[in-house]
Amino acid sequence: MTRTRPALPMILAAWTLMAGAAGAQDAPAAKDNITAARHENGRYYTADDVPTFNIAKDGTVDWMTYSGFRRYHSECHVCHGPEGEGSSYAPALKKSAITMDYYDFVEVVTNGRKKVNVAENSVMPAFGQNANVMCYLDDIYTYLKARGADALPRGRPGKKEPKSDAIRDTESDCLGH
Amino acid sequence: MKRLLTMLALMSIGGAQVALANPELQKQIDDPNQWAIQTGDYANQRYSKLDQINKDNVGKLQVAWTFSTGVLRGHEGSPLVIGDMMYVHTPFPNTVYALDLSKEGQIVWKYEPKQDPEVIPVMCCDTVNRGVAYADNKIFLHQADTTVVALDAKTGKVIWSVKNGDPSKGETNTATVLPVKDKVIVGISGGEFGVRGSVTAYSMADGKLLWRGYSMGPDSDTLMDPEKTTHLGKPVGKDSGTATWEGDQWKIGGGTTWGWYSYDPEENLMYYGSGNPSTWNPTQRPGDNRWSMTIWARDVDTGMAKWVYQMTPHDEWDYDGINEMILTEQQVDGKDRKLLTHFDRNGFGYTLDRVTGELLVAEKYDPTVNWATEVVMDPNSDQYGRPQVVAQYSTEKNGEDTNSTGICPAALGTKDQQPAAFSPKTELFYVPTNHVCMDYEPFRVTYTAGQPYVGATLSMYPPKDSHGGMGNFIAWDNKEGKIKWSLPEAFSVWSGALATAGDVVFYGTLEGYLKAVDAATGKELYRFKTPSGVIGNVMTYSHGGKQYVAVLSGVGGWAGIGLAAGLTNPNDGLGAVGGYSALSNYTALGGTLTVFSLPN
Repeated sequence: MTRTRPALPMILAAWTLMAGAAGAQDAPAAKDNITAARHENGRYYTADDVPTFNIAKDGTVDWMTYSGFRRYHSECHVCHGPEGEGSSYAPALKKSAITMDYYDFVEVVTNGRKKVNVAENSVMPAFGQNANVMCYLDDIYTYLKARGADALPRGRPGKKEPKSDAIRDTESDCLGH
Repeated sequence: MKRLLTMLALMSIGGAQVALANPELQKQIDDPNQWAIQTGDYANQRYSKLDQINKDNVGKLQVAWTFSTGVLRGHEGSPLVIGDMMYVHTPFPNTVYALDLSKEGQIVWKYEPKQDPEVIPVMCCDTVNRGVAYADNKIFLHQADTTVVALDAKTGKVIWSVKNGDPSKGETNTATVLPVKDKVIVGISGGEFGVRGSVTAYSMADGKLLWRGYSMGPDSDTLMDPEKTTHLGKPVGKDSGTATWEGDQWKIGGGTTWGWYSYDPEENLMYYGSGNPSTWNPTQRPGDNRWSMTIWARDVDTGMAKWVYQMTPHDEWDYDGINEMILTEQQVDGKDRKLLTHFDRNGFGYTLDRVTGELLVAEKYDPTVNWATEVVMDPNSDQYGRPQVVAQYSTEKNGEDTNSTGICPAALGTKDQQPAAFSPKTELFYVPTNHVCMDYEPFRVTYTAGQPYVGATLSMYPPKDSHGGMGNFIAWDNKEGKIKWSLPEAFSVWSGALATAGDVVFYGTLEGYLKAVDAATGKELYRFKTPSGVIGNVMTYSHGGKQYVAVLSGVGGWAGIGLAAGLTNPNDGLGAVGGYSALSNYTALGGTLTVFSLPN
């Protein structure tokens, strides 16, 4: 079930978001890496089928963004600082989620990355074997993207969409319990 | 002599009680012209008898010389000075420099270990190192990857080297080592990776392992005697290190030992604290989780525990008990007592009799501490020694996936490892503190060796209805359990304090200031902005008849991670929060030693 044609209301919603967060563009066909083009069982995707966030006008965030907030502040913030802002130790991931391709992002989290030289001693560990990270990778990515796009302010998201059964089932399968 | 040492070391393995003093090392530590141990002395008082720089002239202090360490990242600990030599260490890669003070700081040797950079990401919260130790013409370095190495103090050549842990399981090191008698005693980090904490004694002469005592496990692991080892005056009983755990959780139970160690030569006991139980999700580890969060008194020759005191049974907030134990001789109710004073992460300042482990005082050293109302002091109560947890702030009671809000202090504690100082002249403790609260939401996590094992989401912010800053520098009376004065600071004070016979107290700030204040009143007498934020400890020495004060700057550590971007303000309402003052607006990375003196 990929590339289902989105219903008209979704396109309108997407346009509102683009104008607010990513900046309006001229051509209606323009694809961006941020705007939600469709959703499926509580998850949102861009036109390129890359996970993304969805924040309603009243501030309600999608479940993945909310879940990503929690998982980020368990697994990532001890190095990367609060809310993807970066620290004296590691870069601001809210920027990486915007500037890096989704698949590169996944690759770095899974396999790690080293920058060790005279000026830098930065090592991102490989989280490929870590269920607490890998089972929530899209959640964390989605949250950071919302932060990087300035669509979500710092702090705990207030209102959130409910957790869908599909998300719950995927989580249980992934964690193995 | 070497053969005798080896023989005696062998005897102590056999269980014989060998009291082999190290008068040469004691002499080096006792000489106020030197700074021969990170903690100032075995008592961890961080007090210097030097008084050339005093409260009347400290205002004229100026920079004498500086030294770039060539390393970014957080610079904790301090240099040592022994004779004409100064030894300066760095965070990872843990370079050590020997500088000749009689030749304007010329580099005599430089040691740079080769370490697998894979250790970097398994160090929770920056690649800090709290400094080298000295004894028997050797410099002892405990590297990030848990390699303990003895260097020839004159040449920097490796004499012996031993591996204390396994970084692939998340075992790392940030602490200094305790050189005592014929041993060096070392700890381990990795509580956020499910590491089971331990302290280990190695032979100073050749690095041979002499004993290891774990924070949890059967008596043979914890080195406890069910009858003779006591907790608040009562025998701990059989296998107390597994009895309050469910199943095998104790094997990945945390209780790491990355703080400062003190030592009482008369009692032949070392004192230290163990860290948080693992995971941060309390629901996954029912029970008191002994002996995490515990003050330990161990015999340095055998490792046997004489007494323990668990401050925070069944931790629900990450209040590691690793902060320093400061040893003093003071009069209490007209009687001379041998005291131990400890400022815990949990916000209580404890005073104990260090011979017996009797609890004398437990009072809050920040008025905003709210997770517990009090520590019960009545020995006849079944709650004796236990903090009385406020249900609203119990992350266990509120349960998994529930966000408990407004808990003070935050997980970094009212104080972290940054050590306090004590002046025997004022009988006051000078304590660098954090003034930060948090929301804490625990959830279920699975354990994978070498991977983070945290299990809670945190957000931190300054306390409501306070001065708006995130730190205080306080003077504390350990007999009354009262704050004498308190200086508000914009950021957590993450630098170790120094008290001197010149009636001056020094500390550093995260913006990068070295500050000098009046030991009696707290009045600021001097400040100088060093090149980067200070998380190092202030030390002093004299050379050529002149007193110097020195501090490492180089922002980083937990403070650099948590505060670089600023905290959020919970008072702005749900979701709509602005960044609190960000540390990154004040300072940037870079390791520098700054040395101060009075003008000629």
